Amino acid sequence: MNSLKYLYAAYIATWLIHAVYLGSMVRSYARLRQQMKELGKGEK
Amino acid sequence: MKRAFHIFAVVTAVLLAYALYQALVVAPTEQTMGDVQRIFYYHVPSAWTAFLLFFFNFIASIQYLTEGKPARRAVNWIVIAIGIVGAIAPFIPQVKQQLPVGMYPSSVATTALAIAGLYFLIGKLFSGQALDALAVTTAEVGVVFCTIVLVTGPIWARPVWGIWWTWDMRLTLTLVLWLIYVSYLVLRRFSDSGQTPVLAAALAVFGALDVPLVYFSIWFFRTQHPQPVIGGGGSIDPRMLHVLLINWLAFSCLAFLICWSRYRLEHLRREVEEAPLC
Repeated sequence: MNSLKYLYAAYIATWLIHAVYLGSMVRSYARLRQQMKELGKGEK
Repeated sequence: MKRAFHIFAVVTAVLLAYALYQALVVAPTEQTMGDVQRIFYYHVPSAWTAFLLFFFNFIASIQYLTEGKPARRAVNWIVIAIGIVGAIAPFIPQVKQQLPVGMYPSSVATTALAIAGLYFLIGKLFSGQALDALAVTTAEVGVVFCTIVLVTGPIWARPVWGIWWTWDMRLTLTLVLWLIYVSYLVLRRFSDSGQTPVLAAALAVFGALDVPLVYFSIWFFRTQHPQPVIGGGGSIDPRMLHVLLINWLAFSCLAFLICWSRYRLEHLRREVEEAPLC
């Protein structure tokens, strides 16, 4: 039973790392789209 | 293109959910380590995916460095030679007996042909700045997967070995690999010289040499890390192998999806950078 906490920690850590990275990509994408709008170009 | 992305995203999500179910419920419980051994189904596929991404980065970097230069022809012929020699040599008896225990000639031949095939496929599909964008994309996503390996590994090691970390060959070389590619990303992020893509590509070509060192470290050295479960004298329950491969497929699809998004983001970033100021 004690080792199960390590199993859950590993799986949660994996998805946390992916979530943090995907979140940073979403933020970058939103920022760039905003900059594109300000430059007067639309997204194709 | 957008529709294809969304469909692939849904397929990947379903595959990941199925792989998780297989890892937590279907896979048999390992006799010695118990349920904590199920970390294996995330740790190993993440490592294989990271190696694959760094390999793509290596190919993209070489292609970028040699594009339009006389050296490209020489590199092309070297790759063709690797493919041909790699496909034939392992079956020659004198060479076959030199292969490490558990390394099959067919595996070596398939790998050599895959290397050559991927090199020319990437050269066909990408050129110029697209190669540079591919390189930065695969390096960044590779670092994410390598980070997962370096996090899940110690979490698994603690209850099994009683220690979080040891400076054995495989663990140390994996940490070095991670540091090399993090330095690649730092170079790309903070250097604004026009030569940055070229310098980064050169770093990546040498950094990628650490990937086979990491992979073969447990074949040639006594390490704390377990021996390979596929080949290399190791063995694995067929049911566990089945779950491992399902998880690898799921993580490979996830990596492809993330790379697709990151590559689009990189193109958008370059468009914004090159746009004239109003």
